[in-house]
Amino acid sequence: MSFAANPRQFVIKFIFIGIAAVILTRLFFLQNFEDKYKIMANDIAIYRKVVYPPRGVIYDRKGKVMLYNQVVYDLMVTPKDVNKNLDTAQLCNVLGIDIPAFEKMLDKIRIKNGPMRKGALIEELTPAQTARFQENMYMFPGFELTERFIRTYPNTSGAHLLGYIGEVSPDMLKRDRYASYVQGDYVGLQGLENQYEEVLRGQRGVHFLERDNFNRPRDPYKRGTLDTPAVAGRPLQLYLDAALQEYGEKLMANKIGSVVAIDPKTGGILAMVSAPSYDPNLLRGKDRTRNFAKLYRDAALPLLNHATQATYQPGSAMKPMTGLVALDVGAITPSFGYPCSGGYYACGKRIGCTHSGGGHAANLRLALANSCNSYFVHIFRLTIDSKKFGGVKNGVEVWHKYCWDFGFGHPTGVDIPFEKGGLLPDTNTYNKMYNGSWNSCTMLFVGMGQGEIALTPMQLANAMCIIANKGYYYTPHFVKSIGNNPKDTLLNPYLQRHNVTHIPDTTFNIIAQGMQDVVDHGTGTVAKLDGIDICAKTGTVENKAVVNGQAMKMQNHSVFVAFAPRQDPKIAIAVIVENAGYGATWAGPVASLMMEKYLKDSISSKRKYLEEKMYNANLISKYTYIIDSARRLKDQLRMQRKAELKRIEDSTTHAQDSIMITRWLRRTYLSKKNK
Amino acid sequence: MSTGTTNKSIFSRLDGVTLFLYIALVFIGMISVFSVEYRASDPSIFMMSKSHMRQFIWLCISLFVGLIIVLTDSKPFSAFAYLSYTFGIFLLIITIFAGVDVKGSHSWLGVGSIRFQPGEVCKIFTSLAISKFLSSPETNFHTLKHRLIGAALALGPAVLIILQKETGLALVYFCFFLVMYREGLPNTVLIIGFSSIILTLATLLVDRWILFGVITLIAAVMGYLIRFHLKRDMTVRILLIGTWGICILFSQVLVPFAFKHVLQKHQIERIYTTLGQEVPEAYQNVTDKNAPKKKGNVSDYNVWQSKIAIGSGGFWGKGFLNGTSTKNEFVPEQNTDFIFCAIGEQFGFVGSAVLIGIYLWLMLRILYLAERQRSAFSRIYGYCVASILFFHFAINISMTIGLAPVIGITLPLISYGGSSLLSFSILIFIMLRLDADRSVMIR
Repeated sequence: MSFAANPRQFVIKFIFIGIAAVILTRLFFLQNFEDKYKIMANDIAIYRKVVYPPRGVIYDRKGKVMLYNQVVYDLMVTPKDVNKNLDTAQLCNVLGIDIPAFEKMLDKIRIKNGPMRKGALIEELTPAQTARFQENMYMFPGFELTERFIRTYPNTSGAHLLGYIGEVSPDMLKRDRYASYVQGDYVGLQGLENQYEEVLRGQRGVHFLERDNFNRPRDPYKRGTLDTPAVAGRPLQLYLDAALQEYGEKLMANKIGSVVAIDPKTGGILAMVSAPSYDPNLLRGKDRTRNFAKLYRDAALPLLNHATQATYQPGSAMKPMTGLVALDVGAITPSFGYPCSGGYYACGKRIGCTHSGGGHAANLRLALANSCNSYFVHIFRLTIDSKKFGGVKNGVEVWHKYCWDFGFGHPTGVDIPFEKGGLLPDTNTYNKMYNGSWNSCTMLFVGMGQGEIALTPMQLANAMCIIANKGYYYTPHFVKSIGNNPKDTLLNPYLQRHNVTHIPDTTFNIIAQGMQDVVDHGTGTVAKLDGIDICAKTGTVENKAVVNGQAMKMQNHSVFVAFAPRQDPKIAIAVIVENAGYGATWAGPVASLMMEKYLKDSISSKRKYLEEKMYNANLISKYTYIIDSARRLKDQLRMQRKAELKRIEDSTTHAQDSIMITRWLRRTYLSKKNK
Repeated sequence: MSTGTTNKSIFSRLDGVTLFLYIALVFIGMISVFSVEYRASDPSIFMMSKSHMRQFIWLCISLFVGLIIVLTDSKPFSAFAYLSYTFGIFLLIITIFAGVDVKGSHSWLGVGSIRFQPGEVCKIFTSLAISKFLSSPETNFHTLKHRLIGAALALGPAVLIILQKETGLALVYFCFFLVMYREGLPNTVLIIGFSSIILTLATLLVDRWILFGVITLIAAVMGYLIRFHLKRDMTVRILLIGTWGICILFSQVLVPFAFKHVLQKHQIERIYTTLGQEVPEAYQNVTDKNAPKKKGNVSDYNVWQSKIAIGSGGFWGKGFLNGTSTKNEFVPEQNTDFIFCAIGEQFGFVGSAVLIGIYLWLMLRILYLAERQRSAFSRIYGYCVASILFFHFAINISMTIGLAPVIGITLPLISYGGSSLLSFSILIFIMLRLDADRSVMIR
């Protein structure tokens, strides 16, 4: 073989170069024209870790913490790293749990996460467990503690207004508001936690980490240059007076009802009690579900916010508003009197009045002080039948407009969610009920706050603000400032002054005078405070309920509305105690004590007996449980019926489907056979 | 000419280009192995538990052995060629019985804590033996007998390695046919080799009856074109019909038979993965009827992850130590068989092209060195080295980008692994030593 003239070395060189060229071409296309690999590489290797910032803290008006984040520790374990000769007995001793339970939990983690990934063995260790484990941690490789925040309510009061957080539900995820959430995120579900979710949650940070084949996070991706930091939630400061709130809850213990106290000058809510209440700490952390179920089943409905979600006929507490409207439309003058002799007979049926004779309704002031039913029913009729409106239907429309402006018939817009609007009748309501043929006699009860009218305690308190302010109000709200900024855009709707109507101050003065007389020598003398002019109105609301299948007249709801001091109003309050009795007996003392507490900061010794009486009273009706179980039974039956209907519908669809499929199969089968 | 060069120092007579390319490849290898196991949290880069440090030690050993080779005489390589070959065969036979199981193959020998693959080392001995045999004056490579002996020398170790269940490594021994082709194996061997590969692929990809028709059609057209020769010459007639018959036999009987009874399940899977197709039912459950059906197949996963890693590198790559796929154990056998992914991902098309350029340069340089040898032994040995490098290079890179079935062979000088690095270093240093003495006739 000579060096020259051998073509075969060139053939071999050609093969080498040829194969290299093929490889290079393939690489060229693989690396330059196929984006899918880039996308897939990122998909498999980049782990997007969401860093949750601590939620915002909530303070009361004096800076007292009402809701904050507490650090708790979870015991984490990586099954692979657990020592083979782990001293299980010692670990269990340290943690104070028994060995079989521990081994069961460890197995569970191993099955759930595999041997490589970390999982939570025990959630929320007690402080004692944490301390003991930290001391002995070096003995247990593979186990570690991670810290986590949980929401904690240091005062155990204000459950309904503060609300709670929980895992976001699939239904919520469908809504625009929760578009940025994923399954498993925590979100405010009730109260301020829900309303100010966007403020309190802060801004979630995202850290990009590389992950390996076993899904374990590793180094930061691109050395962390793409990461965004978590921004902590902003704090909220409330108008709420934590001490007053706590006091109110104490007074309302063992009663069903609610108290709403508002500062009329700002619309800031000073206290909002819904009784029965519960310890909000029950609804945090790992026991949340269990406690929630328990509270949910309670017949007295502790989870219902009675201040904004329960509606009541206002009873006599409606009378100041009836008087205001009657005066303003010119149906009566302040000196108008009605000769009440213990009843109202003009519409054929007797409407009782607690007083009789003696000129107790000789003018508006007296009628208000004595709470004369006949008088207010009569002036209500005069109002809507007023000649200048031309017919009762127009009269009702005018009256409806006034009441709408007072904040009735629609939610007030308070800054906690799921508020009810109550019921305010208009012509349509009665047209539907009576097929168009009705007159002022049909709806005369509304004038004294009974019948087809229902208000939330929040609306009642707001109405008191309007009378106290002589014609304007700010939408009731809790939050004074967001992150120390009282002019945050979220607070704009609450900084706006609503001028109700153009009712002159003199008219308001007459009503206020009447309400002051209620306290000075009328039905509400219990609320009298030394040196403070208090305006108030008692209410005693008749109500019925179905007990054991029969309509039964229940004990009256006790209602009390008030504001004080008359000249420079600082607090407006509405109290409702369900099935308690006279307004002045139960609701009156609550309102009075709370006003005294707020205005004078302490209860005078001669009124201690009142406090004592309220603390000890248990006014939850014995029928509550019967009514509740009946209601639940009804709900259950309704659900059953719904399920039954659905089942029938499903089976029909199913049958139709199977018929169609059979038909289709037969057709295709036959056509194939024909081929 | 014979005396002038030998007076100079041995180091100045070594081929600088080859040495430079060798060092470049080893350097790239170290960097790649380092990048695969790098963690941001590592306290220091000199961690003995990491592969790159062990690779570094193996590099030191390799360079030391290389130095010894350079300092010794070039004559023993020829003289002890057959002896070393015998020793190699002996090692391989021992391995069959005393081998250690590593990842399903039985091809490792353990000495204390150090393990090595005799199959890797035996490539050197086989190269020497083939060079010795083909270059000896008694050999006449135009006779069938000597051709068969040559083939036996190359395939003997391959058979033993197949017995160790390391089919990939055994395939490398087929590269010696390139050498034998250079030394006078007829062109037809090469053509038949290529044709049978194409026919096998066609058999797997095309429906067997269509293939039957196509082959018959080709035969008929050929027959029509050379119809005058057919009439005149009996041998042409036999050749045409014989070729047609063999093709039909091969595609209709032999390949299906091999797939059903010879190849193992994972090998069939790998072949079909490369072709981008599902394994047909007929071949699926034949090897093991009781085996539970796995969803997806494993080799598919390897190649998929490897393609993701390389493809995501793009033109410029993700940058050194930024390889998200290769760093995080997505590609199995990352720092041995699939080390090319690390380069493809981190340095992109540019890096891959540079690497392929270096390899091609090295192989062509060795061919150039081979062709300038005076002695046939050195020349043939040079071709052996280039061919082995070529087979490893071509098959390894092709399998990572899905051009070839997954065969467990290393990327020369780059993959992590002591035996591989050491044996390639020895191969190259022997070539350098022989080249330094190119003026001397070696018998």
